[in-house]
Amino acid sequence: MTYRLGVDVGGTFTDILLVDERSGETYRAKTPSTPHDQSVGVLKGITQACESAGIGLDQVGDVMHGTTVATNAILEGKGARVGLVTTRGFRQVLQIARSFVPGGLAGWIIWPKPEPLAALEDTVEVGGRVASDGTVVEDLDEADVRRALESLASQGVEALSISLINSYANADHERRVAKIAAEILGDVTISVSSSVLPELREYERTLTTVANAYVQPSVARYTTNLGNELAASGIDGNLYMLRSDGGLTSAAAAADNPVSLLLSGPAGGVTGAAWVAEQAGFTDFLTFDMGGTSTDVALVQDRTPRIGRETKVGDLTVRATSVDVRTVGAGGGSIAHVPPLTQALRVGPQSAGAVPGPAAYGQGGAEPTVTDANVVLGYLPTSLAGGEVTLDRDAAVTAVQTIVDATDLGSVEEAAEGIVDIVNENMLGALRLVSVQQGFDPRDFALVAFGGAGPLHANALGRLTGAWPVIIPPSPGVLCAYGDATTSMRDEAVRTLMRPFSALDDDSLRDVLSELAEDARASLLRDGLDEDALTVTYAADLRYHGQGFEIPVQIDLSTFDGSGAGLDALRRSFDREHERLFSFLLDNEHEIVTVRATATGPRPAVSAPTLTAGGGDPSAARTSTQQIWVDGGPVDAGIFQRDLLRGGDVVEGPAIVTEMDSTTLVLPGHTATVHPSGSLLIRPLDHTGTGTEA
Amino acid sequence: MAQLIETATTPLSPVDVDVITLDLVENALRNARYEMDEVLFRTALSPGIREQHDEFPLIGDPEGKMVVGQFGLSIPDFLENFDGTIEEGDVLLTSDPYSCGAAISHANDWLVVMPIYFEGRIVGWSSMFGHMSDVGGKTPASMPTDARTIYEEGVVIPPFKLYKKGVLDEDALRIILNQVRKPDWNRADLNGLVAACRTAGRRVQELCARFGADTYTSALDALLDRNYRAMKALLQMVFKDGETLSFTDYICDDGVGYGPYELKLSLTRNGDKVLLDFTGSSPQAQGPINYFINENLVRMFFGIYMITVADPQILWNDGFYPLVDVEIPEDSFWKPRFPAALNARNHGIGRVFDLFGGLLGQTNPDLLNAAGFSSSPHFMYSGNYSEGERKGEWFQLYSIGFGGIPGRPIGDGPDGHSLWPSFVNIPCEYLESYYPLRVEAWETVADTGGAGLHRGGNAVDVAYRFLEPGTIAIHDDRWLTYPWGVNGGAPGARGTKWLERADGTREVLPSKVHDVPVARGDVLHFVTWGGGGWGDPLARDPELVGLEVRRGLVTVDGARRYGVVCDESGTVDASATESLRSALREERPDVLPTFDSGPPLEEILARCEEETGLPAPKPPVPL
Repeated sequence: MTYRLGVDVGGTFTDILLVDERSGETYRAKTPSTPHDQSVGVLKGITQACESAGIGLDQVGDVMHGTTVATNAILEGKGARVGLVTTRGFRQVLQIARSFVPGGLAGWIIWPKPEPLAALEDTVEVGGRVASDGTVVEDLDEADVRRALESLASQGVEALSISLINSYANADHERRVAKIAAEILGDVTISVSSSVLPELREYERTLTTVANAYVQPSVARYTTNLGNELAASGIDGNLYMLRSDGGLTSAAAAADNPVSLLLSGPAGGVTGAAWVAEQAGFTDFLTFDMGGTSTDVALVQDRTPRIGRETKVGDLTVRATSVDVRTVGAGGGSIAHVPPLTQALRVGPQSAGAVPGPAAYGQGGAEPTVTDANVVLGYLPTSLAGGEVTLDRDAAVTAVQTIVDATDLGSVEEAAEGIVDIVNENMLGALRLVSVQQGFDPRDFALVAFGGAGPLHANALGRLTGAWPVIIPPSPGVLCAYGDATTSMRDEAVRTLMRPFSALDDDSLRDVLSELAEDARASLLRDGLDEDALTVTYAADLRYHGQGFEIPVQIDLSTFDGSGAGLDALRRSFDREHERLFSFLLDNEHEIVTVRATATGPRPAVSAPTLTAGGGDPSAARTSTQQIWVDGGPVDAGIFQRDLLRGGDVVEGPAIVTEMDSTTLVLPGHTATVHPSGSLLIRPLDHTGTGTEA
Repeated sequence: MAQLIETATTPLSPVDVDVITLDLVENALRNARYEMDEVLFRTALSPGIREQHDEFPLIGDPEGKMVVGQFGLSIPDFLENFDGTIEEGDVLLTSDPYSCGAAISHANDWLVVMPIYFEGRIVGWSSMFGHMSDVGGKTPASMPTDARTIYEEGVVIPPFKLYKKGVLDEDALRIILNQVRKPDWNRADLNGLVAACRTAGRRVQELCARFGADTYTSALDALLDRNYRAMKALLQMVFKDGETLSFTDYICDDGVGYGPYELKLSLTRNGDKVLLDFTGSSPQAQGPINYFINENLVRMFFGIYMITVADPQILWNDGFYPLVDVEIPEDSFWKPRFPAALNARNHGIGRVFDLFGGLLGQTNPDLLNAAGFSSSPHFMYSGNYSEGERKGEWFQLYSIGFGGIPGRPIGDGPDGHSLWPSFVNIPCEYLESYYPLRVEAWETVADTGGAGLHRGGNAVDVAYRFLEPGTIAIHDDRWLTYPWGVNGGAPGARGTKWLERADGTREVLPSKVHDVPVARGDVLHFVTWGGGGWGDPLARDPELVGLEVRRGLVTVDGARRYGVVCDESGTVDASATESLRSALREERPDVLPTFDSGPPLEEILARCEEETGLPAPKPPVPL
């Protein structure tokens, strides 16, 4: 079995990528997603991909899957009815929600408070108390626990979460409640906070545990169904799910800890970008995934995405390790408008969504969107070679005219350019969050653009950030599936220590790290990976004693060699990061909050395809010429068909490169060079090249 | 008046800025302002700033007018009061409200102001203040509730250069930090404030490099003008020419036995402009509750209520200030005479929300909110560990409490939430890890939110059990007067505080008190107040009332205030509910009052001791 499958289920389409591990040759399939049961679309796509490769399903090995099942359960409010067990006196922990009201002064006037994921009437409290040092102040009142759980059972909760005060320091009471719950509630799934997130801060830990419980039944049902159906169809390999941190995990482990899957989709894009960039010779880059309603950005350094400790989905922020993806609520569907009072030109936050969509889609949309602006400017050709959609330019012009009427802008082109400039500025803001604001200079990075609208705006963002080259992957629409198919197995183990450095020594920390490494490796070994093939990396969240936020720092285990230099090295790494982020240091003692070990399996052997070399002249791929509007005036742009381009061809801007699921704009003064691996590399004509080329 | 030193002397020339560039600059400034918060939160040490976010950033134009920020400080007033030069690399610090035209309003707030230079000239200002948990003085946390002069409120720093051309004045900082109880907190928090201001400075310099200083500063003018034009139109729409609106609310007491203090605010539109007039408010307080308010701050509060509704995405700035005249009488609660004590002005700041809400809501009752949790009440606990590893070590806690958001036109007020932006509570597990205490309950109190079609949010009860002897302090209000309801909604419940001593006795504490000794095992109940109700409680869906009974947010008895009869499980008795509602309708006037502040003040005062366990305050007297 030398084929592996990448599967990415999005809101509209299910993308399948079948990879021949020997040749690197890939076969794609795209089928409509089937929201009622995603596995239907997945099976259909797999069958199609196998047909086009001319192989039977039994030749497929492992299936690597990025999933939005968990995310959708949150966004659509369709998760389980969750019961919550808290410590007496803390029943309203989710109701009070740290007392936080978003927005500025007077923001409380217009804030609709979301309902907690575990309803207050399904939240019970039990007697028993653990102190912050883990000592038991009051024994668990088991009669009270039984009474409380029985009331939840009678209310019909579908999943249970348990989160007791200070359980990160001593999990005994939580484990005992879980045991009793298993007796009383039968096969209801149980999420225990000391397992899901053994960290200090009761609200964040409770919320994360409840979110885990909330999505668990849907995820478990889905992974079980899909696994069964894959087996029934003759696929013999294992099913793996992509975690939010970009690593793969077995379907069973995913179902145990589904809160780690909430950013599975975006993580697939980032890992896919990492694969593509590496093939093109780049190790450090920003990712820019622009869709219809939102845009995700991330930073990858030395092939490794920056990892964050928070995961945000809609209104919900949980503490779960994930690729540090920042999302802005702006995309191709964002609507431009002019509030009468201030006469400012605003783009978003309202979006035309899929229905009615932009005016140019001709489905009844009348408000001007970013896509309409792109049509007005000629960046999106109205009929695409091989495309099924034709765009209504007149409708787009009419929509954008409303902006002209409301402002002193002189023409629809000027207004359209303004809309595009403003939405690009929003994107720039997001890219700055992951670069400049983390102490990274975007000019040291390339920019990988994908998603439906990414390649259209990418050149402009290269110009705004100075991140060159701008890399447009082959088939920007199936990049997530590529990520799924080319990443590694991963698991992690975490422990909260909360100790000042003076209370630690090299040996004691090394012992903790070794134990964590064992834990992190265990699940991968159970899944049949070879011990020798695993690599383990270590990280600690550190701060100055008394600070409220931690900075994650990698630990170099080799410095813990018994000579006592390990903690010093760690202290220096932290100071470097603190200086980089905030430009000052403190004299306070260093404190280690959590430590984690991450075990990673071998990278799958997938080789890259190579395009036939061309002579540099792309004219064979040029299909027509179109007038577009750039920098305040009209110019003629060549239109090129991407699948006709050959390796080494150089497309000079202004140009538009079209393909089935995406359109790339190359601005005047820039060229797009076709890399043999299939990516387009866009650079300014006078660019000398500062991107990290491996 | 500060003397600004610039090496580039050619003036910037105003240029036309298109609407798009304007939006790009506006967006970039908004990002920079949030970045300031982020830098400070992540580096500060005091729980008040790092966990609760008691801080306020600002970016100003070359003259110091706020182009982005959210609240209060006034660089022009600061510069007006500063004698000396200002050069590139200087960073100024002050904590003296009397030396900066009340740009800050008590000595716990440390204000950092920094000029932003680009190519030799000032293109803007960045500024930020944060509440220091302790600035020395006679009581931990530096907020003595019985102070009568600012001299009792710790170190008061006159405006001076903390950094002179980029070089830190170590000696001055050492002298200042020698006055305070937790110098490592102040040092880290101050570092964070400076780092945040420098971040903003870099962002502004980047904008100047990208667009050119002429375009950047012209864009700021246009942004200010955008606010001016928007406000001018709004004023005409909302207020009748020549008509005066007034509203009065109260601060219950001043910490030394006088009260309630009457806070009166009137508004009159005269042509293009409005006048906000505080005449009729109580005289300067004897105790430390005076809220020395800057005129520009009044304009800003006013503007927030006016503009945010019209264009929520607007970058809120000082541009409309010329449209608003402000009259504040001398020697009053709002403008006390130096050296009046100021530390407990948090009640006054909070009550400004209610004042403006009540005043402006009169023109459109549908947009009127009830009275909310209009304060940021403080709880302090400090002492020395008496045993164990940390024996002898000093501990000190300053924390902010929360209560009920009022019933609002859009719906119920959230329970136990913050009226202040970005404020959050300190996690219980954090408190228990860093302080010798245990939190035995952290919950909202059923029925404390005012009844209404939209219920007021409930108050919070936090029960702290002390594990070491020490002293505590409390700064709260609304223990006497009620958080009013509107449009037929009932007032919320008042706040209360009591100690359950380890020996079994119970002791009601005043809402403003400090240096109260506590022993190991004593439990403090810190109960805040609820939000007022909005609209007719008898119109609320009985099933929703039932659900809230099941949730423990309303009791079975409390449900009767909505005319709902139900049992403990929240099951509604429909016919009993209908007859109770009819009976209640019979007893009340046909037209429900716009404001319901509970019983008349005389009655509240007469029943004070019986209802609250505390003696009634004496009427305020002019000094």
